[in-house]
Amino acid sequence: MSSTAKTITELGAALRDGSTTPRALLDETLAHLERSDKDLNAYLTVTRELAELQADAAAQLLEQHPESASPLCGIPMALKDVLCVDGIETTAASRILRGFKPPYTGTAVQRLFDAGAVCVGKTNCDEFAMGSSTENSAFGPVANPWDIERVPGGSSGGSAATVAAGTVPYSLGSDTGGSIRQPAALTGTVGFKPTYGRVSRYGLIAFASSLDQIGPFTRSVEDCALVYAAIAGHDPLDSTSDPRAVDDPLASLHDGVAGMRLGIPREYLGEGTEPGVRSAVETAFKVLEAQGATLQEVSLPSTDVALSVYYVIAPAECSSNLARYDGVRYGVRVDRPSLTDMYLQTRGAGFGAEVKRRIMLGTYALSSGYYDAYYRQAQKVRTLVSEEFDAVFQQVDAIVCPTSPTVAFTMGSRDDPLSMYMCDVVTLPANLAGVPGISVPCGNVDGLPVGLQVIAPRFADSRVFRVAHAYEQATDWHIARSPFATEAA
Amino acid sequence: MSDYEVVIGLEVHAQLLTRSKMFCQCPADYLSAEPNANTCPVCIGLPGVLPTINAQAIDFTIRTALALNCDIPDFTKFDRKNYFYPDLPKGYQISQYDLPLSRDGHLEFPVNGAKVRCGVTRVHLEEDTGTMHHAGDVLQSATSSLIDLNRSGVPLMEIVGEPDLRSPEAAREYLVRLRQILMYIGVNDGNLEQGSFRCDANVSLRQRGATELGVKVEVKNMNSFRAVQRALEFEIERQTAVLDTGGTLPQETRGWVETQGRTISQRSKEQAHDYRYFPEPDLPPLRLDDAFVDRVRATLPELPEARAHRFEMEYGLGTYDAAVLTDTRESADSYEALVSAGVAAKLAANWQNGDVAALANEHRVPLWESGLGVAGLARLLRLVESGSINGPTAKELLAELYVAGGDPEAVVRERGLAQVSDATELAALVDAAIAANPAAAADYRAGKQQALGQLMRSVKEATGGKADMPLVNRLLRDRLSG
Repeated sequence: MSSTAKTITELGAALRDGSTTPRALLDETLAHLERSDKDLNAYLTVTRELAELQADAAAQLLEQHPESASPLCGIPMALKDVLCVDGIETTAASRILRGFKPPYTGTAVQRLFDAGAVCVGKTNCDEFAMGSSTENSAFGPVANPWDIERVPGGSSGGSAATVAAGTVPYSLGSDTGGSIRQPAALTGTVGFKPTYGRVSRYGLIAFASSLDQIGPFTRSVEDCALVYAAIAGHDPLDSTSDPRAVDDPLASLHDGVAGMRLGIPREYLGEGTEPGVRSAVETAFKVLEAQGATLQEVSLPSTDVALSVYYVIAPAECSSNLARYDGVRYGVRVDRPSLTDMYLQTRGAGFGAEVKRRIMLGTYALSSGYYDAYYRQAQKVRTLVSEEFDAVFQQVDAIVCPTSPTVAFTMGSRDDPLSMYMCDVVTLPANLAGVPGISVPCGNVDGLPVGLQVIAPRFADSRVFRVAHAYEQATDWHIARSPFATEAA
Repeated sequence: MSDYEVVIGLEVHAQLLTRSKMFCQCPADYLSAEPNANTCPVCIGLPGVLPTINAQAIDFTIRTALALNCDIPDFTKFDRKNYFYPDLPKGYQISQYDLPLSRDGHLEFPVNGAKVRCGVTRVHLEEDTGTMHHAGDVLQSATSSLIDLNRSGVPLMEIVGEPDLRSPEAAREYLVRLRQILMYIGVNDGNLEQGSFRCDANVSLRQRGATELGVKVEVKNMNSFRAVQRALEFEIERQTAVLDTGGTLPQETRGWVETQGRTISQRSKEQAHDYRYFPEPDLPPLRLDDAFVDRVRATLPELPEARAHRFEMEYGLGTYDAAVLTDTRESADSYEALVSAGVAAKLAANWQNGDVAALANEHRVPLWESGLGVAGLARLLRLVESGSINGPTAKELLAELYVAGGDPEAVVRERGLAQVSDATELAALVDAAIAANPAAAADYRAGKQQALGQLMRSVKEATGGKADMPLVNRLLRDRLSG
């Protein structure tokens, strides 16, 4: 069989009925990757050797313990290049980390490896996950498989593109202000940001620690729940990971939305929303209503200031998190006789423009004399944003809204930072509040996918999957494939 | 010349004696390992790593705070202190800013007979940096520098004192007492030279009677009690000279240069870092409930001052003896072990502070680590008390067994060192001595007291030094006055 554009569930069945093997799957995947990546630039590193070892181990596991083997066993996948893998170059798409090979593997990735995952490569992204188009990579932009003139969104653009291209059935990304959900929407894939604290951040190169979460890209909501279940759960190495047990998202996946109350925040369908996106999402609301959900308008009044709050808190944390890239111990160093010059030249040459901009913004916001006006004030408003979500979730079970106000835009078309920052206006409030959110395909405007976002209260991750699955099963958008996924089959 | 009041406040950094580092599992012992051997991705600040709090370090800090009479708030958090330096691998130090583990304590101690009370502003917890070795005197002029990150992430407690100290002696005494307490409660090894106990001083002068503080100078690089005292004395003299000639003092950081006996300017106020403190997002705030604090309180040992006082009361010791015995917890424990093994309190104190202290000093081995040990000393002293051996024999035996160890009773038995205290036997030897030294006997009878010495020596020699000499003395006097 051809592995291209299949789901994890389909490939898992094929592995078990003997119609394919992990090694055969891997070979097909690598061949597809090689063909497609000339146009897409979705990969920074192809980890063939690691993948071969993992495929052989998975084959053994499937042969010896076919019943107990994980659904992910033997399935190819890819990792955003902000996730550390022992001995594999991990750059966060930054020049400053070129050649850096971590001596350890992060927790979420290790859990997948333990389940028998076959890692084919590290995917391209915006440098240090800062951006919404994957144009900020030091190693060139990623193209959208639906239209290679356009961006795949970002920052996890490579992880989104490779799933949309049909190369791998799933990948991991990271979401700090929408970096999984927004590219999922722009590439017609499913992308999920878990509740803050559900997935360990150990081994995730930090952008903004209080906002970052790791999550999957997949071709179906069921697959997404499957990957999430494999990576979620307490990790003693991450003090911000929640110790409570994770409820099985698959158990309630098929429960439907009948009787559920769903809220539509009026602020999330503002002026910036493209008419095509608006109409696709409004049609989706009707589908949910037809499934038995009750829809009502709700309000998250601080939405307009959430963007400002985000662009104080995230840069503040990033200015500190990125201080370790100083040329002293690892990565790139520009040698200079004086220490200060070495620091300045290394960081000047090693970081790209967007990263520098955010480091400067954050340094300023934390500076003596400005801290109260910026950082402290932003934290107060962040609390307010969070409380508004709590209040809304008193009225409704989940929120439904667009994932992105626009469809994929042309590369180079958003050259001023503010217009780029607007991409995340409906995704970043969920990061500020720590609530889970998913994007599922819900339409197509002139050949470009549209995403529907579902947001639920903290730790109600299963509910997000349940609503998204009900919608997905009632429509055909998730079956639509990008040209890369159909031609290569 | 004006009359100035000296105002000193001390900041002490003390490494905690935890098994592992503050935020990872690496051993906290950084001195005995090869450079960079005790490191992991967390303490060398690799991309993607996260800190996890060492519970023992929290415990030790609370223990310290309680010993220093601090309040323990029920809510505390860690913050990041941001600055660039090659020994700081993350580019920030995890420390505590506005919500420390404890605050508002104090320490009381005597200085020249007067009681001094110094406030403790706060005790908080942070991580130590790595260490650097420069090919050259300082980083700025070094051709290259090596970095050892074994110390990176070792738990470091900062004890900030109020500016309540009024003299270099008081400052020194504060440090001596503080170090003693930290060692007593088992949280720090008190090594100034190796830097496990470090001190910075803020010193300023003001017109006597003034209530506002003068411009403070921070003095660093003092790695002995003596250096602290000398550096402060130098600073006071320097500042006095500047003020006396109508000059003004800039707020600055100065370093003590031991070899030159002076402080030199390191950094002005304008060059001070903006550390951009903000809450550490990788560590949720901690809530310390009363039950936890009470459990820690229950582990606090009796502190030195209280113990010295009890020794005076309970064992009838003088202030000096009690203070010397309680200088360290081990010393005080050893003393109480001797007493509970049945040695008389006064006798135990005399021996421990006398011959035992001398031997400990000579061999650089404290009693509790010596071959003889506390139990061996107790057996030896019981032989003295029961009259089985005499004082000089006991001293010789102590010197012999202190390092080598051995059972005093067995040695006495094997070598026949038991004291000769049989009155009949000694009376015969006394008679023989008088007969052999007629001139001395005559001199004594004529009122020359010193003449008795020769007769005593004669009897002592005749018993191989084992005679019960007070009894010999009595027998001689009886016989010669008869």
